[in-house]
Amino acid sequence: MSGHSTYEPKNGFSRWLDARLPVGRLVWDSFVDYPTPRNLNYWWTFGGILSLCLAVQLITGIVLAMHYTPSAATAFNSVEHIMRDVNYGWLLRYMHANGASMFFIAVYIHMLRGVYYGSYKSPREVLWILGCVIYLLMMATAFMGYVLPWGQMSFHGAVVITNLLGAFPVVGDAITTLLWGGFAVDEPTLKRFFSLHYLLPFMIAGVVILHVWALHVVGQNNPTGVEPKSKADTLPFTPYATVKDGFAMSLFVILFATFVFYLPDALGHADNYIPANPLVTPSHIVPEWYFLPFYAILRAIPDKLMGVLAMFGAIACIFALPWLDTSKVKSMRYRPQARLYFFIFLVACVILGFCGAKLPDDQVIPGLETFQLLDSKLNSWVWLSRVATLYYFAYFLLVMPLLGLFEKPLPTPETISSPVLGGDKKD
Amino acid sequence: MAHTAVDATNPAAGDDPSRRDFIHIAALTAAAGGGLAAIWPFVAQMNPSADTLALASVEYDLTKIEPAQQVTINWRGKPLFIRNRTPEQIAAAVKDDHAALRDPQTDAERHKEGKAQWLVLVGSCTHLGCVPTVGGGEYGGWFCPCHGSHYDTSGRIRKGPAPKNLAVPDYAFLSDTKVKIG
Ligand code: HEM
Ligand code: FES
Repeated sequence: MSGHSTYEPKNGFSRWLDARLPVGRLVWDSFVDYPTPRNLNYWWTFGGILSLCLAVQLITGIVLAMHYTPSAATAFNSVEHIMRDVNYGWLLRYMHANGASMFFIAVYIHMLRGVYYGSYKSPREVLWILGCVIYLLMMATAFMGYVLPWGQMSFHGAVVITNLLGAFPVVGDAITTLLWGGFAVDEPTLKRFFSLHYLLPFMIAGVVILHVWALHVVGQNNPTGVEPKSKADTLPFTPYATVKDGFAMSLFVILFATFVFYLPDALGHADNYIPANPLVTPSHIVPEWYFLPFYAILRAIPDKLMGVLAMFGAIACIFALPWLDTSKVKSMRYRPQARLYFFIFLVACVILGFCGAKLPDDQVIPGLETFQLLDSKLNSWVWLSRVATLYYFAYFLLVMPLLGLFEKPLPTPETISSPVLGGDKKD
Repeated sequence: MAHTAVDATNPAAGDDPSRRDFIHIAALTAAAGGGLAAIWPFVAQMNPSADTLALASVEYDLTKIEPAQQVTINWRGKPLFIRNRTPEQIAAAVKDDHAALRDPQTDAERHKEGKAQWLVLVGSCTHLGCVPTVGGGEYGGWFCPCHGSHYDTSGRIRKGPAPKNLAVPDYAFLSDTKVKIG
């Protein structure tokens, strides 16, 4: 924290409490008086937005759980009961289902913000790792949540993802049986997924507290990547950051509401309105959009175990980022070459997303006949996903370590306030 | 323990280190053993329960399956294929017995002796567990739509990401027209 506290209890009760449990002081120091870099832009509002998302998922989820039954025979019908019979049940479910997507939109922006401005670099490595842990927990939570309605996509998505773990030699089968509680995804699987889907968001909340704690120890990064040096470089959290965060949240809620009220099923899959049938797989099985890039990496590799390892490796790269990047300059504002590779990385991720949603052997450019390259035509989604996968890993494992050694960054400003107040360099 | 001997040469030390050592080791062992013993049931409860294990076998009357037809039944929550193969399909499978196979097996190893007509297989793709569609793919056996695995008329993997042949479950003919699986 910022050294000494400026909190002054206003009345008898708060003085009494402050001497016993200084929560008022904690809130004041963390969210009112807390110094924030004066040059934060709107990419810094996604932390607040993420907290809002977590709160929305917790509240709607707990209410949904009052009407939902985790049993293979009744789960699907109980979700339909929520949709048709429960008062405002449709709203709660659409908020929860679309809320998960909003959560991932926000987390991806938040993470990419961190990559662009070098927010993972010293002294923020632990902060970054905690963020990655939250992201992992979110993925686990969303995956298990998607299984709960027990529709066709729920069921077969669960089959495919749990079978991934079966790829590991020797222990694979034992792990999947342990996970399923049977010989296939079935009743016991649904029940434990519900229990864990209820639990994990609270674990996320716990890690969020650690994440914010770590943040308040090292302070926020900022668009220049230059650490604040004097009082002129910072502004108090309230009102500056609170208002800016609040404004961004309002815009975000408009986007959220647009989906909930006008496009409630746009991000879902129609097949999930068909009750689960273990004997028939939907002809085209896709995960939720936020998993598509990883799914594309999985499918890009023809070997089962290697595919699974590549997928987990893709996530591991994000964890290792603080040690992969060798550049001393934090913000890409002063790293023109890094910026170029970053934008190609963005494009590669989007391409992977598209690849994950398509059938591997379909043509990317319709009608263009190409030659057979190993196992598929060159003009196929699987080859495109291989190119993008290659770039994905090259970005982390080659560009990040090497660029820092060879590039010539632009000069960084002395202090945050010199470009902001003195106009030393345009953006 | 090395330092017990060292301590023995130095009885002047105020307290008795060997007794303290004993307490440390005993406490740590009890905590580790107790911890493991406590975790065990929490992990073990995840494995299939007794009633799940008990539901493990089914019987099926083969007269219901026409030649060239396949039925899919539910066995332990998984699809089970019973296919009534035509002579051509059997011949195609036998012909490829010595082709370059990823998971080499002859057709004869995949059905009961003298019952080449009947193929009983677990209908889960050995890639990631989707249910392959019968009659599809380049080998006329099965095609898995999820990531494009092709199986031949013996259920052997021929092309695509799946590593293994479709599994043959434990089963037995109770009579000429009845099988028991599991
Ligand atoms: C990190 C926060 C959370 C995320 C990302 C999340 C995600 C999801 C997703 C993607 C679904 C499937 C929606 C659908 O297509 O129907 C779902 C369903 C569900 N979730 Fe959550 N969830 C979260 C927190 C919670 C919490 C705290 C509860 C409390 C018990 C909960 C209870 C439920 C229930 C009962 C369902 C099934 C009803 C339905 O499908 O709408 N969720 N969740
Ligand atoms: S599950 Fe059959 S090919 Fe992947």
